[in-house]
Amino acid sequence: MSNMQNLYLLVPLAPLLGAIVAGLFGKVIGRTWTHRFTILMVAVSFAASVAIFQDVLAGNTFNGPVYQWLTAGDTSIDVGFMIDQLTVMMMLVVTFVSLMVHIYTIGYMSEDKGYQRFFSYISLFTFSMLMLVMANNFMQLFFGWEAVGLVSYLLIGFWYDRPTAIYANLKAFLVNRVGDFGFLLGIGLVLMVFGTLDYQAVFDAASSHVGILAPIPGIYVDTLTAICILLFIGAMGKSAQFPLHVWLPDSMEGPTPISALIHAATMVTAGIFMVARMSPLFELSDTALSFVMVIGAITALFMGFLGIIQNDIKRVVAYSTLSQLGYMTVALGASAYSVAVFHLMTHAFFKALLFLAAGSVIIGMHHVQDIRQMGGLRKYMKITHWTFLAGSLALIGTPLLSGFYSKDSIIEAVGMSQLAGSGFAYFAVVAGVFVTAFYSFRLYFLVFHGAERFGKAEHAVHAAPKAAAQHDAHHGAAHDDDHASHEHHGLAPGEKPHETSWVVWLPLVALAIPSLFIGYFTIEPMLFGGYFDGAIVINQQAHPVMQEMQHEFHGAWAMAIHGLMTLPFWLALAGVVTAWYFYLKNPAIPAWIKQKSGFIYTLLENKYYFDRFNDWFFAAGARNTSRFLWKFGDVKLIDGFFVNGTANLIGKFSTVLRRIQTGYIYHYAFAMIIGVFVLLTIKTWFK
Amino acid sequence: MIFGFPLLSVAIWLPIFFGVLVLATGHDRNAPIARMIALVGAVLGFLVTLPLYTGFDKMISAMQFEEMYVWIPHFNINYHLGIDGISVLFILLNSFFTPLVVLAGWKVIEKRVAQYMAAFLIMSGIVNGVFASLDAMLFYVFWEAMLIPMFLIIGVWGGANRVYAAVKFFLYTLLGSLLMLIAFIYLYRQSGVVLGTGSFSILDYHALPIPRVEQILIFIAFFMAFAVKVPMFPVHTWLPDAHVEAPTGGSVVLAAIMLKVGAYGFLRFSMPIAPDASHELAWVMITLSLIAVVYIGLVALMQSDMKKLVAYSSISHMGFVTLGFFIFNAYGIEGGLLQMISHGFVSGAMFLGIGVMYDRVHSRQIADYGGVAHKMPVFAAFFVLFAMANSGLPGTSGFVGEFLVIMGAVKVNFWYALLAATTLIFGAAYTLWMVKRVFFGAISNEHVAHLSDITLREKIIFSILAVCVLGMGVYPLPFGEMMHASVNNLIVHLGNSKL
Repeated sequence: MSNMQNLYLLVPLAPLLGAIVAGLFGKVIGRTWTHRFTILMVAVSFAASVAIFQDVLAGNTFNGPVYQWLTAGDTSIDVGFMIDQLTVMMMLVVTFVSLMVHIYTIGYMSEDKGYQRFFSYISLFTFSMLMLVMANNFMQLFFGWEAVGLVSYLLIGFWYDRPTAIYANLKAFLVNRVGDFGFLLGIGLVLMVFGTLDYQAVFDAASSHVGILAPIPGIYVDTLTAICILLFIGAMGKSAQFPLHVWLPDSMEGPTPISALIHAATMVTAGIFMVARMSPLFELSDTALSFVMVIGAITALFMGFLGIIQNDIKRVVAYSTLSQLGYMTVALGASAYSVAVFHLMTHAFFKALLFLAAGSVIIGMHHVQDIRQMGGLRKYMKITHWTFLAGSLALIGTPLLSGFYSKDSIIEAVGMSQLAGSGFAYFAVVAGVFVTAFYSFRLYFLVFHGAERFGKAEHAVHAAPKAAAQHDAHHGAAHDDDHASHEHHGLAPGEKPHETSWVVWLPLVALAIPSLFIGYFTIEPMLFGGYFDGAIVINQQAHPVMQEMQHEFHGAWAMAIHGLMTLPFWLALAGVVTAWYFYLKNPAIPAWIKQKSGFIYTLLENKYYFDRFNDWFFAAGARNTSRFLWKFGDVKLIDGFFVNGTANLIGKFSTVLRRIQTGYIYHYAFAMIIGVFVLLTIKTWFK
Repeated sequence: MIFGFPLLSVAIWLPIFFGVLVLATGHDRNAPIARMIALVGAVLGFLVTLPLYTGFDKMISAMQFEEMYVWIPHFNINYHLGIDGISVLFILLNSFFTPLVVLAGWKVIEKRVAQYMAAFLIMSGIVNGVFASLDAMLFYVFWEAMLIPMFLIIGVWGGANRVYAAVKFFLYTLLGSLLMLIAFIYLYRQSGVVLGTGSFSILDYHALPIPRVEQILIFIAFFMAFAVKVPMFPVHTWLPDAHVEAPTGGSVVLAAIMLKVGAYGFLRFSMPIAPDASHELAWVMITLSLIAVVYIGLVALMQSDMKKLVAYSSISHMGFVTLGFFIFNAYGIEGGLLQMISHGFVSGAMFLGIGVMYDRVHSRQIADYGGVAHKMPVFAAFFVLFAMANSGLPGTSGFVGEFLVIMGAVKVNFWYALLAATTLIFGAAYTLWMVKRVFFGAISNEHVAHLSDITLREKIIFSILAVCVLGMGVYPLPFGEMMHASVNNLIVHLGNSKL
C-alpha cells in the first residue's frame, strides 16, 4: 500500500478512533482530554484531506478496494475508496466543518453532563460521513448512509429525557428509513441489472442499458429511470425533500452544534452528493431528472414559506436549510451537478455559520430560542452579530458573496434547462429568492435590531407550562418554545445578554471567511475550469446547460456586476426591504396580514398539515392495523380457533370416549356383540 | 476425521457428560459447585468446537469430520456424523451460547441450580447432534430429545403460565415431528426399492429419485416438522407464549439456537430430498415468508410485553431466512444462513437484555419502564446497539443477511423484495419505539429510580455479544466463505430434477 493509500485510510479512521476513545474511556480520561483527543483526531483527518486534495489537484485519483467484505454467488462486495475531485471536496467540507463544530462544542456543551458522549457521537458522525463520501461501491454507500442516520438519531435524542427530543429522533429515523427503503431497492436493481455494486463498473456499463425495460413485473418503465428514482427516494429522505422533509424541522431538538454539522452542512447534503456521484446514471434518464427537479422546486419554494412564520430561531434556519436543499436538488435535475455541489459547499459554510451563530445567541440569551423575546442583541453580542449578518447576506445571494455565485448559477442553469418541469422549477427558484431574503432578514432584524424584548420575567415563567402542554397535546401545532421544558433559564429581569467565549466565536469567524469569499475564488475552477471532469459526467448533447453557462461566464467579477441588473438581485433586495419595513419600521403590518390571510396562515402554521396527516394516517394507521392483526389474526383466529380449538375438540372428543368406558361388564359385552354383528355383516356383504 | 479425533462426538457428548456431572451435585446447597462445573463444561464444550472452524476445508462441499459406526444393523441405522459448510457454523453458534447462558443464569437461578445448568448443557450436546447427524434416525432421536430439556426449562423455571406454554410448545412441535418420521420410513422403503437395501443415510436420500406426488407429500411432511420450529406463519403462535414464560436462558436458547434447527431442516432435508416439490411449492413458502415479514412485523408493533415483541420480531426475521432459501439463488441461501447466525447473536442479546431488566424490576411490560437510560447508561448503550442490529443497521450483523436476501429477492421478483424491504421500516419502528419507551424519557416510577447498572458479569456477556454483532457486520467474509462451497453445491443439486 502506498503512502497515499495510508493517508486515505487515516481520514476516516482518525475520527473513528476519537469516537471510540471518547465513548469507551471518556469518563476515565476526563472532559479536557476527551475534547483534546477528539479534536486532534478530526484535525488530523482535516490535514490528511488537505494533503489528498493537493494530490488530487496534481491529477492522482484513486479507486480501489480496502478489504473484501463478503462474496455471494459470483459477486464480490468490497469496502473500498473512490478518491476523486468530488470526494475530496466533500472530505474537505466535512472535516473542516466538523473541526469547527468540535471546537465550538467545548463552549456550547460545557455544562452538559453528557459532554464525552457528545464528542464521541460527533466524531462517530464524522467517520460515518467520510465513509459515505469516500465509498466506491453501493454497499458502503448504504453503510455510511445508514450510519449517519444512526448518529443523527442518537444526537437528536441526545437529551433523552425530553419527550420532544425522543419523539423527534424516532421520527427522523423512521422517515429516513422510508427513504432508505427505496434506496435499498434501487441498489438491488443495480445489482440485478449490472451484476456488481462497484461504482465504476456500473457507470461503465450504464449506457448499454438505455431504453431497456426495468425487470419489474407489471411496471413498464425504463431500467435506468427506475434505478435513479429509487435511489433518489433515498436522497429525498436524507436530504429532506418533499414529502419526506418532515423530520428535519423536528431534528432541531438536538443540541445546536449538531444542527450545524449534521442537519445543515453535511449529512443532509448526502443525498445531493449521492446524485452528483451517480451523474453517469441520472444523465441517461430525462424522466428521473425531471422528477428530481420538480421535487426540488417544491421543496425550495414551499419550505421557504414556512420559514417566514417560525418564531424559534433554530427552526427558521432549519426551514431555510430545507429550502436551500431544494435549490441544490433543482440544480441536480437541471444536469448542473457541479453547480449543486458548489452550492452544497458554500451552503455548508454559511449555514453552519448561521446555526452556530444562532447557538451563540441561544447561549447569550440563556437558552431562550423564541425570537419574540430577543431584539437589539447587536449591542451585546458584537461578533455573533457581524458573523450572523455575514451568513445571512451570503445566504440571500448578495453579489460577490459566496451564496450569490452558487445560487445565481442554479437559477441560471434552471432557466436554461429544457426538461419537463423546468418552467415551474424556474419560477420556484426565482420566487424563492424573495422568500429567502424575507425570512432571513426577518430573523436578523427581530434578533439583532429593534426593541429589547428580553429579560422580562413573565416570558420565562409563561413559556414553561405552555410548552409542556403543547408537547403532551399532539405535537402537530407550532413549536415555539420547545426547549422551555428543559433547563429553561432565560434572562432574569434587567439581565443583559453577553457575548460568548472564544471557543464559540472563533469557529464563527473561521466559518464567516469562506462564507463571504469562497464563492468568488472557486466558481471559475469548480464550475467552468473542469475541476470535476471525470468525477461528474454530463451528457453534453442532451443537457447542454453547463456548456451554455460557460459561454456566458466572463469571470467572477463580471458575474457579480451583471448580477446587479438581474431579477434575483432585486427580488432579494425587495425581500430585505420588506422585512425591514414589516419588522422594524411598521411592526403592525405582520399582525394585520396574519389576521387578513386567515386560511393561508393556518395552513402555514400547521406546516401544510403534513405532520397531522402522517400521525393520523401512518402512525395511528399502523398501530391500528397492528392491533387488529394481532388481536384478530393471531389471538382469535390462529390461537383461538385453530390451536386451542383443536385442543378443545380433542378434549371434547375424549370426554365422549371416556363416557363409553363405564366399567360395567355388560356395557362392554354389549359393545362386543354389536361389533361382531357389524363385522359379520360387512364380511357377508363385501364377499 | 482430522487429528484422528472424533471431534463431533466430543462436541455432542462432552456437554452431555458435564450435564450429568452437574446433576450429580444434586442439592441446591452444592449450587456453587454446580455452577462452576457447568461453566467449565460449557467453556470446554465451546473450545472443542473451535477445531471444527480452523480445520474446516472451505473449498469442498463434501461432508467433513465424518464419523460412522454401526448402530442398529438390522435396519441399517448408523451412528453417522459429519458437517459441511451449512451446518458447521451452527454447531459453533450453539456451543458459543452455552457458556453465555450459564453465566446469565449464574445469580438469578436459585432453585434447582444443578438441574437448570444440566438441562442447558445436555440441550447443547443434543443440538450439536441435530446439526451433525447424517443418519435420519439418529437425527430424529436428537430432534425429539431436544424437546425434553426445553420442555423442562419452560415448565420448571418458567413464569406464571408456564404449564400452558410448555404443553403448547411440546404438542405443537411433536405433531410436526411425527409426520417427519413417516417421511423417513417412506424414504427407507424407497431406498430399499432403488438401492436394493433400505437406508437411513441422509446423503443417500439426497441422491434418491422420487416421483412427483411422493416428493410433494414428503415436502409437506417435512414442512410440518420444520415450519413449526422456524416458526413460519401460521404455525408460529407457540413461540410468543413459550418466550414469555421461559426463563431468560430458555428464551435465549430458544431464539438463538432452536429456531435455527427448523430452517436448517429445510436446507438439509426438504430442498435436496424433494427438489422438484421445492420448486413447485416455492410460491407457498415465499408467500408464507413474506407474510411473516410483513404481518408479523406489524403485529410486533403493538406488543406491550417486551419478550413478546422480540419473539414476534424473531418470527419476522426468520421469515427472511425462509424467503432467502426458497428463492434458490446464492444471495438468498447464503443471506438466509447469515441471517440465522446474526439472529442468534441479536435475539440472544435482546433476550438477555430483557432478562437483565426483569431480574431487577420483575416485569416485562414496556409500560412499567421509562427512562432506564438515566439509571443504567452502560446497559442502555448495549441495548441500543442490539436494537440497531435488530433493525438491520449496516455495520451490524443484522444487516448482512437481510441485505443479501433482499438483493437475491430482487433477482427473482422485484415485488418480493419490495415486501421484504418493508422490514426496514417496520423493524426499526417496533424495535426503536420499544427502546424509546423503555430507555428514554423521564424516569417513570420508583422501580426504575432504584435500578442499578449492569454488573461486571453482565458487562462481560454483553461485550462478547457486542463484539460478535459488530465484528460480523464489519467483516462478514469469514462467515460467508465457510458456506460457499456447500451452498453452491446445493444450488447445483437443486437444478437437477429427481423425477
